[in-house]
Amino acid sequence: MLGRLTIDALPFYSWVAMGGAAVTVGGGVAVFLLITYLRAWKVLWTDWLTSVDHKKIGIMYVVLALVMLVRGFVDAIMMRAQQAISLNSEGYLPPEHFEQIFSSHGTIMIFFVAMPFLTGLINIIVPQQIGARDVAFPFLNSVSLWLTAAGAGLVLVSLVVGKFSQAGWTGYPPYSGIEYSPGVGVDYWLWALIISGIGSTLSGINFIVTIIKNRCPGMTYMRMPMFTWTTICISILIAFAFPALTVVAGQLTLDRTLGFHFFTNGDGGNMMMFANLLWIWGHPEVYILILPAFGIFSEVVATFSRKRLFGYTSLVYATACIALLSFTVWLHHFFTMGSSANVNAVFGIATMIIAVPTGVKIFDWVFTMYRGRIEFHPSMIFTIGFMVTFVIGGVTGVLLALPPADYLMHNSTFLVAHFHNMLIPGALFGYFAGLNYWFPKAFGFKLDAKWGVRSFWFWIIGFYLAFMPLYVLGFKGMSRRMEHYADPSWQPYLIVAALGAVFVLIGIACIAIQLYVSAKKWGSARDITGDPWNGRTLEWATSSPPAPYNFAVLPEVSDIDAFHEQKIRGEAYRPPQHYEDIVMPKNTWIGPVLGGLAFVLGFAFVWYIWWLVALSFVLSLVCVTIRACDDDTDFILPAAEVARIETARRAQITEADMHDMSDFVPRGAASGAPLPGTV
Amino acid sequence: MDEVIAGSPARTALRPLAFTGLLCIFSVLQGCALSDAPVLYPKGPIALAERDLLFTAFGIMMIVAIPAILLTLAFVWRYRRGNDKAEYAPDWDGSWKIEAVVWAVPAAIVFAIGTMVWDSSHRLDPYRAIASDKPAFKVQAVALDWKWLFLYPELGIASVNELAFPADRPLSIEITSDTVMNSLMIPALGGQIYAMAGMRSEINLIADEPGTFTGRNTMYSGDGFSDQHFQAHAMSEAQFDAWKQKAAGSSEALDASAYAELHKQSVADPVRYFTSYEPELFRTIMQKYAPAAVPHHGHAHNSGEGDS
Repeated sequence: MLGRLTIDALPFYSWVAMGGAAVTVGGGVAVFLLITYLRAWKVLWTDWLTSVDHKKIGIMYVVLALVMLVRGFVDAIMMRAQQAISLNSEGYLPPEHFEQIFSSHGTIMIFFVAMPFLTGLINIIVPQQIGARDVAFPFLNSVSLWLTAAGAGLVLVSLVVGKFSQAGWTGYPPYSGIEYSPGVGVDYWLWALIISGIGSTLSGINFIVTIIKNRCPGMTYMRMPMFTWTTICISILIAFAFPALTVVAGQLTLDRTLGFHFFTNGDGGNMMMFANLLWIWGHPEVYILILPAFGIFSEVVATFSRKRLFGYTSLVYATACIALLSFTVWLHHFFTMGSSANVNAVFGIATMIIAVPTGVKIFDWVFTMYRGRIEFHPSMIFTIGFMVTFVIGGVTGVLLALPPADYLMHNSTFLVAHFHNMLIPGALFGYFAGLNYWFPKAFGFKLDAKWGVRSFWFWIIGFYLAFMPLYVLGFKGMSRRMEHYADPSWQPYLIVAALGAVFVLIGIACIAIQLYVSAKKWGSARDITGDPWNGRTLEWATSSPPAPYNFAVLPEVSDIDAFHEQKIRGEAYRPPQHYEDIVMPKNTWIGPVLGGLAFVLGFAFVWYIWWLVALSFVLSLVCVTIRACDDDTDFILPAAEVARIETARRAQITEADMHDMSDFVPRGAASGAPLPGTV
Repeated sequence: MDEVIAGSPARTALRPLAFTGLLCIFSVLQGCALSDAPVLYPKGPIALAERDLLFTAFGIMMIVAIPAILLTLAFVWRYRRGNDKAEYAPDWDGSWKIEAVVWAVPAAIVFAIGTMVWDSSHRLDPYRAIASDKPAFKVQAVALDWKWLFLYPELGIASVNELAFPADRPLSIEITSDTVMNSLMIPALGGQIYAMAGMRSEINLIADEPGTFTGRNTMYSGDGFSDQHFQAHAMSEAQFDAWKQKAAGSSEALDASAYAELHKQSVADPVRYFTSYEPELFRTIMQKYAPAAVPHHGHAHNSGEGDS
């Protein structure tokens, strides 16, 4: 009846595991009680969970990412604590527990922090940047969100029922095969990847279509803001790369569940094919995580340098080059698998070539600051911290791209330091910059800058303390994923690294305080104009938070900095001649229900509860059929209602709220715009 | 919005300085106690060449990295809001000269390092035999859970978790696995290569002089992984003779049943010696997993390299 699910699956075997389970369950119960206490279930369901509004979906993605960031960080600090004390001792974590922690840390941070964080920011911003009212497929967007959430749910539930994978976040077979990992852990990992991976693929397709089809009049490709450019590039990467992940996870599932031999040691299996397929997804994935952050940095650096972005064309081509090249380098993840010197050399050189467009980007941002007027908003400070720190990661990346050097550094903590050096400043700092930059757009009030700056300092100091020692330990011959070690000269470095984790912990606490403090005094930091930072791109033309339809009248653009241009011309807040009826998608319960069914399906597969697999699969098909037969998915927002919303918004904006554009006007010959007053 | 963002000008000014200061202190601290780092102070020409490549590439990249960091910090300071002495050009958004430099210089550097990659990947190919007036000392290594078995075809003996070889001869190790994927590495002598079941990979190393170096499996392989390390002894002729005596003094032979026993999972095994092992044991282990892939005639090195 329950497959291999028995009472033994509950974590009564270890205090640490029970603690983790208690925190997870306790957290869930606390959220449940809070919502009940606030009597918010109905509002939550009708206004949020069932919403197909891209802005609300985006916010839910970011909330998911922040929650999972805390979980992933708990894993991180537990590992740092273990290694700080486990010189010639077992520390406080037995190997099987330590292994689950490093496996879930990587899985969570990549799939359930970085992916939802960037997808959330893209959802909130990109439709507005291109002057669109919605994404191309609003319902599909809701399905993507809930599939991602279902994957995250599987990872969380593995802490309470059964165990998580011990095979690392890359899950290399044959270790992750049924012979060497017989438990449910790897299955939890696989189903979390398969379900959330399908969600990601669907979002990628959604944003390709959105950006190609929904741009407002006048927005040619070469007038799209950089964040939109990076989004279309990564959406294409997602659409091509994620299917490879889904396939390879599916193959390993077949190996494990039905006795196939894709990747087993014997019987014709070949583990090297797993490595190839995984990294054919995995390397583009690195750029999927980093390019949107590059887009955010591009927006932030121009806005807070009070200057046009330097080398827009160059940045576009650099982004496209990176996207294209990202598919040509996957083998550098396993130079040590024994390929011939020719093969290794070709992939090594291809990898280095990516450093060229990446370097160009850094210099383009540097020259955007040149002759600017830099304002140290938290998002700008994160950008500066990124530029300095990322260069170090780039250098170590090129070192690892030298096959003979990689023979020395592969699988060492040097490698761990390198990819954290790329992903923390390169991706996470970008998302934090985006959080600080776009928060007012999503919620209508600004985040507290003081706590934002504090969070930056703790994060960056924590980053240096945690990862510079790991670079050194790589030189000292320390491998990654060691539960304990025998070399006393490693310990001081590991203690410093643990200290770094404590700094990062304070950095995360600062973000929590920042959110709390800002929410508490939101009235005094309200964003009335919808343009708190004197922004340049179209997302600042809408109100904050935007009306459900974003733009009452679709804008027409003639420049990269479309909204900046409107402000210079004095056209920014001018009411249109007339309003029109707007067709809006209706909310639907099918997205969250499909997500729930996907979770049950994954859970049932993990525990071999076959009747439940069949049931949840059939119910999913029923849901999809109901949706497919439903012709009444839209409603019309009448012009009068639009006019009411827009007039009410304009009534609040006074002359004093608007930004002084005088800096830009006299020297703004490039646009050929007439001076204000002459119009 | 402005007052909360910028802080006082003086504090803003201190930030990049504090930042660089921190970096400097840190690198000084890290300078200590590195003389035992095997990657930085290698004990063999292969590892030395790999390390030199690392250093050279690092040095060349500083041509771009240092200006990038310094320009960032300098521009942040110079063009901070409030410094009205600095020029302000809000509409300046491009310069072909700058673009040419920022594309061409990194491209030139990548070209330079790329040629180094081509050359060094071939020169330091782990499969490539090391030129020497003495024949290479051949060893066969088998990855097990969680220990290393070394077979010495020249001597007909075997050891567990200890590798001994004459210091004046190149060391040529054939590698396979009788468990999950492993990776054999002796950092002081040179880089690593994977050990995979049913496949044979190879690494060629040489030591400068007699000495003892730590080797290990670097590829996470399960619960006993942390303890899966061994000592590699490069020995003088006299030492090696003595070692052979010691190994031969063991009473154990690695026959089929002893191997089956050894194959069982075990953690932190003590060093063991076997006076003899099953003939063609290495090939038998490979054939277990890929009976068709390994030809029955000839020697193991005919069976293809570990690549696809």
